[in-house]
Amino acid sequence: MKNNYSIISLIKNSFTYHENWQQAWRDPEPKKEYEAVIVGGGGHGLATAFYLAKKHNMKNIAVVEKGWIGGGNTGRNTTIIRSNYLWDASAGLYDHALKLWENLSQEINYNVMFSQRGVMNLAHNLQDVRDLKRRTHANRLNGIDAVWLSTEEVKKFCPIINTSPDIRYPVLGGTLQRRAGTARHDAVAWGYARGADAMGVDIIQNCEVKGIKRNGDTVEGIETTKGFIKTKKIGVVAAGHSSVIANMAGIRLPLESKPLQALVSEPVKPIIDTVVMSNAVHAYVSQSDKGELVIGAGTDAYVSYTQRGSHDIVEGTLKAILELYPIFSRMKMLRQWGGIVDICPDASPIISKTNIKGLYFNCGWGTGGFKATPGSGDLFAHTIANNEPHKLNAAFNLNRFVSGDLVDEHGAAAVAH
Amino acid sequence: MFIINCPFCGERDQSEFSAGGEAHIVRPKQPTELSDDEWADFLFMRKNIKGIQFERWNHAHGCRKWFNVIRDTSNDKIHAVYKMGEKPPSI
Repeated sequence: MKNNYSIISLIKNSFTYHENWQQAWRDPEPKKEYEAVIVGGGGHGLATAFYLAKKHNMKNIAVVEKGWIGGGNTGRNTTIIRSNYLWDASAGLYDHALKLWENLSQEINYNVMFSQRGVMNLAHNLQDVRDLKRRTHANRLNGIDAVWLSTEEVKKFCPIINTSPDIRYPVLGGTLQRRAGTARHDAVAWGYARGADAMGVDIIQNCEVKGIKRNGDTVEGIETTKGFIKTKKIGVVAAGHSSVIANMAGIRLPLESKPLQALVSEPVKPIIDTVVMSNAVHAYVSQSDKGELVIGAGTDAYVSYTQRGSHDIVEGTLKAILELYPIFSRMKMLRQWGGIVDICPDASPIISKTNIKGLYFNCGWGTGGFKATPGSGDLFAHTIANNEPHKLNAAFNLNRFVSGDLVDEHGAAAVAH
Repeated sequence: MFIINCPFCGERDQSEFSAGGEAHIVRPKQPTELSDDEWADFLFMRKNIKGIQFERWNHAHGCRKWFNVIRDTSNDKIHAVYKMGEKPPSI
């Protein structure tokens, strides 16, 4: 890779006051034709382009992004990475991603600050205890690390949690995946963009798709705000806007797009060195390297593309946070934002061909797409290059909504949807 | 977050209501004769429109009645509210 980042390049550039770093990726105008075009320059789209170029030798490709790199859900999530899913298909998919995370900074020569600080999921009632224990066993059978913690062990692992038995939803125990953790979300998008660009991929920002040109059952190209681009393969990774693109192609998807919110507090000294999620009360919290508490709230129940959420959702989350962590009662919240997530009826993603030749969709990640970024890109690239799914994403096809073979992760995953 | 004008109770906060999704999806008259594709279409496939959408709402924490709403999902502006069984007003 040109312009390799290393300790030597850091020292060298310090002599010129860091003013001579090269641009991380080019800003090209679109060519007339590409071998494949990826719609959506978020983490998943850029990872798809990266693995298409790296593993499948497809280098004459473009990523078109209507905004800017890192401006969508990639920069709006709470950066949690884990693979403790219940069903075999999900376990395979998410653990594939987790294994790629473990070597990602080296692979793309960009520090994504992957931190395996562990993710703990709390149980608040007898059914939670049964479900989480069952999930722990299922995880272990699939080779995924998981342990059950008693209330005392939860308290020991994260001392600021209120484990008193007299709170509204007492902590009856929890599960812990030690290999899970967080990463720096912007760095993931920037790193993949830089890596793909270095292999010749054109990353075209401020270029919105306006139409998909079809000739019968085959795609011919895309209409964009920067003109028509001819291509035989279109990979759509448009997250909340997947249905908008699907409608352009004349197909419907089993998706509903809803605002999901997150918020961060003012920065404080290190107080919580892991990620704690609570399914029953829907509150999850971690602390960024800057010291901010990163808090994830729930989705609004209605379809909306407004990138903002309802106040009562934030209020509900903060009530739960305060009951579990009384120590945060005087913390001030600094920022709050929303992102649009595309949710499938079975809360599992779609990485699939469609009935239209050359049109592929990678969508439906709902509230938990960030953790899958490397795996999603790798498997989608495989699907586009070979026109066939990889065995790890075969279950996540569009046809499952016809056959009824759903991957039902509603509630079975470690967080309520 | 917005205000919904319930046709039975008047203006109330959205948090009193539960969303029922896309409106005017007609239940098949002969379910036994439906193919798998048609079932998938009825059960799962949605327009999920960015823009003017026809949808159902229920005043869950009020009169508990269902009704229809025409809302722009790109800015949450409500254009019209009408009762179940009524023809949607032109906007």
